[in-house]
Amino acid sequence: MSTVPHISMKGITKVFGKVVANNNINLEINSGEIHALLGENGAGKSTLMNILSGIYIPDRGSIFVSGKEVKFSAPKDAIKAKIGMIHQHFKLVEVMTSLENIMIGQKTGFFINKNNVIKDITGLSDKYGLEVDVNKRVYDMTVGEKQILEILKVMYRGAKILVLDEPTTVFTPQETKKLFKIINKMKEQGCAIIFISHKMDEVMEISDKITVLRKGETIITLDKSDTSPQKLAELMVGHPVDLSIKRVKFESAENILEVKNLKVLDEEGIERLKKICFTIGAGEILGMAGIVNSGQRELCESLIGMQSVKEGEINFQGENIVGKNTREIIKKGISMSFIPEDRLGMGLVSSMDMVDNLMLKEYQCQKGLFIDKKPAVSRAIEIIEKLEIKTPGIYYPIKNLSGGNIQKILLGRELAAKPKLLIMAYPVRGLDINTCYTIYDLINQQKAKGVGVLFIGEDLDVLIQLCDRVMVICGGEITGILQGEDATKEEIGLLMTGHKNNLQENRRESEC
Amino acid sequence: MNGMTTFLAAAIVAGTPLLFATLGEILIERAGNLNLGVEGMMLMGAVIGFLVGLSTENVFAALLGAMVAGAFGGLIFAFLTISLRANQVVTGLALATFGSGFSTLIGKQLVGQTAPAAVKSFFRPYSIPLISDIPVIGPIFFKHDAFVYLGYTLAVIIGIYLYNTSKGLNLRAIGENPGCADAASINITLYKYVHILIGGALCGLGGAYLSLVYIPNWQENVVAGRGWIAIALVIFSAWNPYKAILGAFLFGGLDIIGFRLQSAGIHVVSQYLVDMLPYLVTIGILVIVSMKKSKRNAPPKNLGTPYFREDR
Amino acid sequence: MLRFIKRDEISKGKSTIIRIFSVILALFVFSIVFILMNKNPIDIYASMLNGAFGSSYSIRETIKLAIPLCIAALGVGVAFKMHFWNIGAEGQILMGAFAASVFALKFPEMPRPALLLIMMLAGIIGGSLWALIPAVFKAKWGTNETIVTLMMNYVAIKWIVFLQHGPLKDPNAKGFAKIANFTDNAILPEIFKVHIGWIFTLVLVLFIFIFMNYTKTGYEIAVLGESEKTALYSGVNIKKTIIISILLSGGLCGLVGMIQASGISNTLVESVSGGVGYTAIIVAWLGYLSAPVILVVSVLFAALQQGGSFIQTSYGIPGATALILQSMILFFVLGSEFFIRFKVSKKVGDAK
Repeated sequence: MSTVPHISMKGITKVFGKVVANNNINLEINSGEIHALLGENGAGKSTLMNILSGIYIPDRGSIFVSGKEVKFSAPKDAIKAKIGMIHQHFKLVEVMTSLENIMIGQKTGFFINKNNVIKDITGLSDKYGLEVDVNKRVYDMTVGEKQILEILKVMYRGAKILVLDEPTTVFTPQETKKLFKIINKMKEQGCAIIFISHKMDEVMEISDKITVLRKGETIITLDKSDTSPQKLAELMVGHPVDLSIKRVKFESAENILEVKNLKVLDEEGIERLKKICFTIGAGEILGMAGIVNSGQRELCESLIGMQSVKEGEINFQGENIVGKNTREIIKKGISMSFIPEDRLGMGLVSSMDMVDNLMLKEYQCQKGLFIDKKPAVSRAIEIIEKLEIKTPGIYYPIKNLSGGNIQKILLGRELAAKPKLLIMAYPVRGLDINTCYTIYDLINQQKAKGVGVLFIGEDLDVLIQLCDRVMVICGGEITGILQGEDATKEEIGLLMTGHKNNLQENRRESEC
Repeated sequence: MNGMTTFLAAAIVAGTPLLFATLGEILIERAGNLNLGVEGMMLMGAVIGFLVGLSTENVFAALLGAMVAGAFGGLIFAFLTISLRANQVVTGLALATFGSGFSTLIGKQLVGQTAPAAVKSFFRPYSIPLISDIPVIGPIFFKHDAFVYLGYTLAVIIGIYLYNTSKGLNLRAIGENPGCADAASINITLYKYVHILIGGALCGLGGAYLSLVYIPNWQENVVAGRGWIAIALVIFSAWNPYKAILGAFLFGGLDIIGFRLQSAGIHVVSQYLVDMLPYLVTIGILVIVSMKKSKRNAPPKNLGTPYFREDR
Repeated sequence: MLRFIKRDEISKGKSTIIRIFSVILALFVFSIVFILMNKNPIDIYASMLNGAFGSSYSIRETIKLAIPLCIAALGVGVAFKMHFWNIGAEGQILMGAFAASVFALKFPEMPRPALLLIMMLAGIIGGSLWALIPAVFKAKWGTNETIVTLMMNYVAIKWIVFLQHGPLKDPNAKGFAKIANFTDNAILPEIFKVHIGWIFTLVLVLFIFIFMNYTKTGYEIAVLGESEKTALYSGVNIKKTIIISILLSGGLCGLVGMIQASGISNTLVESVSGGVGYTAIIVAWLGYLSAPVILVVSVLFAALQQGGSFIQTSYGIPGATALILQSMILFFVLGSEFFIRFKVSKKVGDAK
């Protein structure tokens, strides 16, 4: 019976260029323990765990396994020490099957011997409740199945200490429950689990011990029983935090946007949006929840003219804009702003500076063949001041800026266009708490001005607090629209997985 | 029917240098590297192989020389793109240019010379007993020189390597998702270097076949664009060594068809227009493949992007 | 232990120094080849310089080499900026030459200015159309343009060979398969004893510089080159932008074909481009896709080539030398990019 070693990290320091990611961090992990590593984005949690799993090498400090000092120079050293990491962004080969993915890098003999491997996998599967289809190709799998595959991968390599990096980011509440069941089973078997998160309620639910990191330093390690979400938030941020988002009262007004029977097909002819109907009023915030790839992207891109529409109407202030492409919509003065999920890949040009990026949409409204950059220059200076953007200069390439500043530039540009409809996809993903709340305030300001907002987010608590109504999309259909004040996470979770109209009383359904 | 059989057999021979180069580039691209310098590596192998063969009159020395030359070209590419993270497309083009100048320079003294008799006799056609007597198939596939047989064998070996061994699985993982391979503690740098060097050696062999056996004199542009066709063949064969055999021989046929028609007295179309066929067909195939867009035949996902573990 | 850390930023001066240093390093390493030939490298390099710039004759020859290189590199640069890897410059030059030659041969008695103008237009259109074919494949089906443009080069060469042996064969050439020379009306006039291609070059450098940096289309090309999604998002008409930039790219190369056929070879031969299409790619890359830098690099590479032919006669060093030197310079500059993006440091606490 292999024992689970005790892990000790002492004085870990790691610097990237000018950024001190980890500063003298200490961490102790015991077997049979679920240890949460809590902190904001950028606090240093992932860096620390990348060091533990051998991906990064610390500049200073030591790691002890069962009392003996070890040096991990590569992931395989960590694996030898029975440490296995499951990354936030899965490291799976899409075109290969589960079996092949597990076998990568393994010494299963010169020729591949599938049967032995399958036997071992089945054993692990039964022991920990991890269901997997060995012949299924990864590109056919759901997010949940992929994660189970990742867990199996590390277990197959003998891992007894699991590190899970933000595992529930894209999960529904139900999938999260499933994962927690598996984690508890592992704990029973004596494994140690390190759970990285920035979600305090999940951390409170699942963990035994909690270590809080802030700005690269260990703040404190607590027993779960000694703390509360409020206290944790305060520790994460460093000062008392008002976790509530102000809700600005919305009075019913005319509709900015009316979507009727919208049907969208993808390149292969598969229906991505199946007769969607909803409205957004002026000064209303409509939230959208849903698991990844449920049609959110197609919806956003249809609204701004990037995606061709098969059937249906999109009425912006009464005018149907279906069939118009993005340029026509921009030129018509239809002021719709879109903050895409893919900031650097879509919303901004990473190699250009701030001025050139601010020109991105409005240059077309300038007359003639030449570009006049003067208005963008003055706007850049304005935005830097207003949104407190930290950048060496307006001519500095934006790809080197932090995520928060990049997002602020994107927001600044879109808001400067004074839109009547603001579409935002995951606008606060990866940002620190202060910036998040700045953005929520900005949204509320827009709302007060009468702007209609479509807010696609993954944090259900935020959606419930911020939005007037929450729309849930699943498999290209709207499964339900709930009032923000009354909605619960469980309800949203059910709707996210396709349960329609389960709870009848006082719920408004989709408005077709 | 006899004329057809002879033609097909000749197509096999013409396709052999293409096969070697295609197999070499398949290995290189499976490791995630797009090396456009195939023509250069073939030329380097051709000239060094010829030079060594001429001076030593030893077949094995000549082949070894060709492999080393091709691998050296690969080494330049590997060092620049892996260790120094240079742009793969431009580096490959520079290698092609370098190989061209290199082979012209060294070949200056060799122009007009013929491969030594020792080499020629080693590579005379050899009929494999029994199998070569099978009607039709026998004369087409099994009455060739050792190089051709080596080509078939290599294709099968590489196929088995890729799909049935764990190292081959690791290689495929590197080409698809190096982050995944790295996390599985595969030494990515080592795999890339090794496969680029082996791939380069194979390309060098392909070039040597042209200068030592196929032509077999030395001329300035002995590879004549086959290296570029090989790159297209890699796509055509969907990075699959077994399919590469088919592609190489198809193109071998296209290569010689112009000349064959002319000598057979068929003058419907000018020989010079027929000479365009290999290139036009390559374009056609590429277009068709890109129209189909299937997931199974897609290129290795990470082809052309360098991997760097500490990228933030 | 040596570690490499990404630099945050680097001054333009520092990066230029690193690049120049790498060129010098390439020359230094290459001189080993000369030493192996028992020749003094310094003598040879000095001789090359002399051969390129030493007399008014050599300067003119260098300029004549720089002209096609520069214009073709400008064309290649426009396509590259959009991440359309146009390797087909050679073929576009040839087809431009072909188109221009058709008019030269069919209307030999037309007044000179008119004929030349028509030839220029024909050249531009010939090159653009030849480039348009792979562009359409890419736009419609995402076909890899690198290989298609390359294959088009070979088709173009074979086409010209076919013409030489067939439809355009010169009956007066005594059995040789060649195409007739142009009449004087089809030959570019000279200013300062160099054909006026040099004026075109300067004008085009200015034009491309303004186009890429100050016009809307230039901006759109840069955005599209960065990411197709971003271009879609900002409403760029992607198909139109691809077509415009490819037409420009092919057109410039086609113009080179006309200039070379008219001003240099005075007829259509398959060597009318002489590998310029491939060298132009290297020049465009080394010129960082920027028009003024491309001009400088073109002159330097032309000097290399001119100097190279000079030492061929005086030292017996084969002409292929220039080719190897060019690719070696490229290797070293490619390698130097690494040292521009990363700095070397010895890290503490990780001795193995």
